[in-house]
Amino acid sequence: MATPTLEKQPAADTGHLVTVTFRIRRFDPERSADAYWQDFELRIDPKERVLDGLHQIKWEHDGSLTFRRSCAHGICGSDAMRINGKNRLACKVLIKDIADVKDGVGTKPVVIEAMKGMTVLKDLIVDMDPFFQAYRDMMPFLITSGNEPTRERRQSPRDRERFDDTTKCILCAACTSSCPVFWNDGQYFGPAAIVNAHRFIFDSRDEGGEQRLEILNDRDGVWRCRTIFNCTDACPRGIQVTKAIQEVKQALITRRF
Amino acid sequence: MAIDTNGSSPSGYGPDHPAPVIEPPRARTRRTPRTTRTNFEMYGWLFMRVSGILLVVLVITHLMIQLVLDGGVSKVSFAFVAGRWASPFWQAWDLIMLWLAMLHGGLGLRTIINDYAQRDGTRFWLKMLLYTATVFTVLLGTLVIFTFDPNIS
Repeated sequence: MATPTLEKQPAADTGHLVTVTFRIRRFDPERSADAYWQDFELRIDPKERVLDGLHQIKWEHDGSLTFRRSCAHGICGSDAMRINGKNRLACKVLIKDIADVKDGVGTKPVVIEAMKGMTVLKDLIVDMDPFFQAYRDMMPFLITSGNEPTRERRQSPRDRERFDDTTKCILCAACTSSCPVFWNDGQYFGPAAIVNAHRFIFDSRDEGGEQRLEILNDRDGVWRCRTIFNCTDACPRGIQVTKAIQEVKQALITRRF
Repeated sequence: MAIDTNGSSPSGYGPDHPAPVIEPPRARTRRTPRTTRTNFEMYGWLFMRVSGILLVVLVITHLMIQLVLDGGVSKVSFAFVAGRWASPFWQAWDLIMLWLAMLHGGLGLRTIINDYAQRDGTRFWLKMLLYTATVFTVLLGTLVIFTFDPNIS
């Protein structure tokens, strides 16, 4: 298309490669107001990841394909997208696990689209600002009172264990954009923000838990959670997201009674 | 293929004539309602759980008496209802069941409207309709239970 792509020499040994179709939802506001589906047929190693397939498309077929990725190893959380209808990190999904390869041919296309519930800017890139706004609303930093200690703030292993699960969040937005309540009007804070609030609410060193609980007690807080479990299913870090939300609900109830 | 820089893309947008900026619909703006700092949502959530458990007992017993036991639905008549409501126990039972069921259902529908209504106007008017219907039904039912006259002609 418009952007030049690399001229690449085909590799000599291609016996292990399979043919897989990537069906990608394209959107470019400078070309058309409508999104459309485009198929790409790739020769790719089935042990490669979906992100490698996207790279192959961008580098060898269509340089205008746009997506986010930074570390490409499941740490940064840039490349969350909807793969075969589920929010996944493109760098953590293997071709062989989703393309249903038989006799060197993928029998099912790999359907890739941008995450739901957020404004698509181009192709697979969505506007993450509302997502990060909800995160900022949780005050994701240590809040304390009194004099600062001269040494580090000590914590027992047991106290650390209490919120260990929610420290793993990489803010990829896979959970929040898989939440049907968030899809509707986007005012719900969403699982990711609650997970990051949970990380501080249950931290024994933090003293801002009351403020965070107050924020989450409101109209768009934890009470809009319907325990759909889409977030837990989507989380690439295996965080028990719904459990964390339930623990915040429990904290809110025990705070009153 | 070279990068097209003379702005002749099919839609007419280019570097000198950029496409309009799409406002994110989910941003928190000045029109976003302020926090309420009440526990209404929490009490609503708790009420749904508690009333749900109570309603399982109340409604299943009610259905058994009305529809299954002692001849089934064919026995239900004015006299049957009058006989049951002669006892304050069944009056109280039906009153509690009416209130819990209507508030439980009303709160549940409020949740559904909040989740599914796309525009603020639609949401507001659907909820007003819901509240009106709920209040009307609860008041009418309560009135009937308390003023029921078995000797009405």
